[in-house]
Amino acid sequence: MPRIKINQEKCKGCLLCISFCPKGLIQLSKKINLQGYRPVEFNKDKGNCLGCLQCALICPDFCIEVFK
Amino acid sequence: MVNKKILITGNEAIGKGAIDAGCFFYAGYPITPQNELTSYMAESMPKAKRIFIQAESEISAINMVFGASAAGMRAMTSSSSPGISLKQEGISYLAGAELPAVIVNVMRGGPGLGNIAAAQSDYFQATRAGGHGDYHCIVLAPFSIQESYDFMKLAFDLADKYRNPVLILSDGMLGQMMEPLFLGRSRHTPYAIHHTPKWAISGCLRRKPNVIRSLYLKEGVLEKLNLKLQEKYKKIKEKEARYEILYLEDAKIILVAYGTMARIVKSVVKKLRQKGKKIGLIRPITLWPFPEKIFQYLSLKHKGLKFLVVEMSYGQMLEDVKLALNGKAKVEFLGRAGGGIPTEEEIIKRVIAL
Amino acid sequence: MQKIFSPPKSLRNIITHYCPGCGHGITQRLIAEVIDELKIREKVIGVCPVGCAVVAYDYWDFDCTEAAHGRALAVATGIKRVRPKNIVFTYQGDGDLAAIGTNETIHAANRGEKLTAIFINNAVYGMTGGQMAPTTLLGQKTITTPQGRKKEKEGYPLKISEMLAILPAVKYIARVALFSPQEVLKAKQAIKVAFENQINNLGFSLVEVLSPCPTYWKLSPKAAMDWIKDVMIKEFPLGRIK
Repeated sequence: MPRIKINQEKCKGCLLCISFCPKGLIQLSKKINLQGYRPVEFNKDKGNCLGCLQCALICPDFCIEVFK
Repeated sequence: MVNKKILITGNEAIGKGAIDAGCFFYAGYPITPQNELTSYMAESMPKAKRIFIQAESEISAINMVFGASAAGMRAMTSSSSPGISLKQEGISYLAGAELPAVIVNVMRGGPGLGNIAAAQSDYFQATRAGGHGDYHCIVLAPFSIQESYDFMKLAFDLADKYRNPVLILSDGMLGQMMEPLFLGRSRHTPYAIHHTPKWAISGCLRRKPNVIRSLYLKEGVLEKLNLKLQEKYKKIKEKEARYEILYLEDAKIILVAYGTMARIVKSVVKKLRQKGKKIGLIRPITLWPFPEKIFQYLSLKHKGLKFLVVEMSYGQMLEDVKLALNGKAKVEFLGRAGGGIPTEEEIIKRVIAL
Repeated sequence: MQKIFSPPKSLRNIITHYCPGCGHGITQRLIAEVIDELKIREKVIGVCPVGCAVVAYDYWDFDCTEAAHGRALAVATGIKRVRPKNIVFTYQGDGDLAAIGTNETIHAANRGEKLTAIFINNAVYGMTGGQMAPTTLLGQKTITTPQGRKKEKEGYPLKISEMLAILPAVKYIARVALFSPQEVLKAKQAIKVAFENQINNLGFSLVEVLSPCPTYWKLSPKAAMDWIKDVMIKEFPLGRIK
């Protein structure tokens, strides 16, 4: 099943990936990274990732890798 | 081509000198009194398989030179006083990014639109880093058609050696007049083909990428670059100052002039020597680095020397002479600008009054 | 399981200084992807602007140079004329390309320099704190148009792409936007064509990218994307202009 890997240290918490994920599988995490932002995290328990690449395409900080 | 002699204008001699020195790229914009240089390059660069562009402005031209130089090629632009004012930002960038380039200023009367006659009113602009920041161009001042040609190779060589812009300070008279030019064994160095500097941007094949920049935002980094530049300027000052001297051994009055002015002053010195007057001449060839050492040496060796600085300006090189002498000798000045040129009679009169 | 998407090789693994939701990050990644896919990394020379993307050369992993503000297309002309086999592109904001650099832009385009120009239009000057840009919309509030841009005082948003389209030596102009992953893919395709045109020696190509500036639009990143979709494209229509 496809999945994504998010680099939480590069994430700036812009939340664009959350807006564009068609399955709602990304959410704000409770952590704070070294930059001082609250990064997002992938929650595969919420449903099946399609490997559609929307999150990776819109991410402005090259945080997301997608595996299928 | 051994010892061929041709009759040519100063502007064209600069162009020919540049091509024979391996200049690969020229960008320029028309402005009087250097248009002959631009049109010479338009004609001759393509024939020599080099690149000529008539740019849309002086600003664009200096930035095209920045690009061509960043890409590792010998690049040059030319203009006259107001156009050189436009290029100042670009020259500052060349100095900051440590790029070699040659810029030719065929000086005309100013300030503002001025006129198209010869003047020497851009000395400050040339030697005091006309643009922003702590930097210097090496400044060469030819005084003959021969030097206009010969100094181009020197200019490109110095620019490459020190990764620094070099300014040629000519003027409307030198640009327009014609004299014989002796072509020695002029070495054609199609520089582009022979050698790409290791810092140049040429495509990162088989090496780490290069970046050409003058911006350093991180704390302390720009200061380091500036210290590096200052070290470079110190070295240039020690090694590259050039000048010509005439009759200095027993001179009591020393005239100081450069460029076209020096031609007239030389005549004066020879005339007055024939009459038994003990006068001499120092003709700075590099205006930056200014040849201070000869002034310091003379002022220490002889007491009571008098210097007369003659310029087609209201006293610009005068300041460098005063700085070099540091109060140890008397300095007088004679100058006219705005197209006016001190005549032999005026200079002789002034010398006698000293 | 295969990796089907990762940051391109020509992009360094580095945290950028761009604001959260800034379009520079997306566009610079697209350019790096295109360069990798076209296999031109070792031929490419990038000319970086003055603006928020002034340090784009810290993010890209190929030969780059800075340029004085607005002069990138003159610098690029100098590079390309002496190294015609290299692929030379500029990356410029709305001030760089359409205010101070308008002269260089028009003339490089008019001469048909074989260059690729990527024009980031975010309708504001970001780096210097949010001033009006030539492309700022009427009524848009910026720190130099605090009452909103007025046509009587500040004129209209400048359509540099449409202006350049009338020049015969210009071969390709496209306007794209970044407001959704689908649009990002279209933007990538346009950028690819603009680079391919240079590889095929076809002439001047420009891609105008409508890009979000959440900070100076005073919108969240998603709201900024929506503003492009709902407002900006009405003033700056998308599609192939030439």
